[in-house]
Amino acid sequence: MPDVKRAVIAEDSVLLRIGLVKVLEMAGFEVAAEVGDAQALLAAVEEHRPGIAVVDVRMPPGFTDEGVRAALSIRQKWPATAVLLLSQYVEERYAADLLATNTSGVGYLLKQRVADVEEFIEGLRRVADGGTALDPQVVAQLLVRRSSDPLERLTGREREVLALMAEGRSNAGIAAQLVVSESAVAKHINSILAKLDLPKADADHRRVLAVLRFMGVAG
Amino acid sequence: MTVPPQLRRALVRLRRDILFLASGVLPHLAAPPLFLWALTQVVGILDGTSDAAPLVLPVPSALLAIAGYGLTEVQRWRFRALCGVDLPRLRFTQAKRQFGYNCLVGPLLGVLEVALFTLLVTGVAAATSLLWIWTVPPPERHVYVMSAVLATVLGLLAIAAVPPLAAGLVRLENLVGRAVLGVSRAEELERRVEDLTASRADAVAAADAERRRIERDLHDGAQQRLVSLALNLGLAKATLTDLPPEAREVIDAAHREAKDAIDELSTLVRGLHPAVLDELGLDAALSGLAARAPVPVRLRVDIPDDSPQRTSPAVEAVAYFVVSEALTNIAKHAREATRADVAVTRLGEILRVVIADDGVGGADPAKGTGLKGLAQRVRSVDGTFRMSSPVGGPTMMSVELPCPM
Repeated sequence: MPDVKRAVIAEDSVLLRIGLVKVLEMAGFEVAAEVGDAQALLAAVEEHRPGIAVVDVRMPPGFTDEGVRAALSIRQKWPATAVLLLSQYVEERYAADLLATNTSGVGYLLKQRVADVEEFIEGLRRVADGGTALDPQVVAQLLVRRSSDPLERLTGREREVLALMAEGRSNAGIAAQLVVSESAVAKHINSILAKLDLPKADADHRRVLAVLRFMGVAG
Repeated sequence: MTVPPQLRRALVRLRRDILFLASGVLPHLAAPPLFLWALTQVVGILDGTSDAAPLVLPVPSALLAIAGYGLTEVQRWRFRALCGVDLPRLRFTQAKRQFGYNCLVGPLLGVLEVALFTLLVTGVAAATSLLWIWTVPPPERHVYVMSAVLATVLGLLAIAAVPPLAAGLVRLENLVGRAVLGVSRAEELERRVEDLTASRADAVAAADAERRRIERDLHDGAQQRLVSLALNLGLAKATLTDLPPEAREVIDAAHREAKDAIDELSTLVRGLHPAVLDELGLDAALSGLAARAPVPVRLRVDIPDDSPQRTSPAVEAVAYFVVSEALTNIAKHAREATRADVAVTRLGEILRVVIADDGVGGADPAKGTGLKGLAQRVRSVDGTFRMSSPVGGPTMMSVELPCPM
């Protein structure tokens, strides 16, 4: 069983790596390894079995999607290790690829979000605990894509709630963000689930399905 | 002894003219004998006077064909080496012009060249007649002295006439050579268009590559540094909680500014050339644009995956730039706009981009550098740019970019 508080960092920019180590340590993680490319990352994960891997998307040698591919194989080989991808720009396909395997314990944030240390730490903890953290910009981009399907039936407020669900927030988190009561959020969520014709199953599962449908990777 | 530069130049020119004309005599006079030989054989066949004629005829004909091509090459070499004039390499199919030069115009020029050299040789012979007179036995010598003096004067005059005559003949040959063997106006224009098309495509590609390089440099350098700076300021903000409020405020402001700088730089980098365009294509890059637009954008991209050819990077970059500029314009100017519609369709060899908004309209491509730059960039890949923006709206922009197969 991996140590939830153990972390591995893969980031080729040395400056950022140093900063990330500081942030992770501040959040109470123990950084077991910091590496600069995907291969070293896989080796480090195999050796340390961390609770979370923080991975840059663009890394040597190709500087394209090495990080995403490494993240996918981590999710496959060591499902207990959560993965938080950091990207310079939003690429929904990467996010969709990542979420298609398993929605728990994954995150996709823009690199610049690390500057908002407290919020970043919150996302980090959420992912390490098996939740999700999606960048608001990723979510916004997905909204543009899904414009001719059942999502069109949602009201503006319901879309906001769904977007926040996709970011990985709990009902309480959504309520705080939108400055409404938690029961109002629950009402919105029920309405969303109904409009998306999701099967009546347990609430958590339907919630995941709603997000997946929103992402366009399922249903 | 020093030669005055003017005289030296004249001598160099004379030497070149003489060489040029001398090298022309043989190639100019080579074709007619072959031609005559062939002609006599033809006459022989018609007359029935020569039994061997049908067998001999192919020989001069073949020699003529080979010589014709070879002679044209010799002429090209002459003009290039001695006059600095580049004649095009004529194709075998342009035999008419080669025949015209080698068999008709060329011989006439050859005759003029021979005449000039004859004049030169005679002139030299006459000018030196006072020397020759010593070969005549002394008793009769005085009889020829007067004629020898006259011959010398005439000979010197003839020699003096050679340089201007040679220069004139060189000019004439240049005129004739260029007219017969050179490129016609239409061909020249055709070549020019080909050249310009190629060099413009190169220029567009070079500008694209340059933008890409700058994007990478900014991405790997300044952007990473800024993120690191903002991160450190964020850390300071989160950890140094016991600072006096003034110091906290300063850190706060610095943190905010660093984040703004990251946003600004990201916008700039995306405007240059978004990396996502190279890595994941137009569709993905456009959805990023649409998501960041301040008004809701409905995006439809219909580029079949089985397109016979992938849209070229230059065209994709232009399409991206068009959508990016159009959405920026909508945000800036179309104040009443509540939504925008972007449709990108690949229709065979055409990539069509249509952007519409429900704003108040009245946009004029003649004003505003944004729209002008947009139209210019579309033209750089031979695309067409149309815009309709009546006062009161709606505004529609339609761009068609060629994607040659």
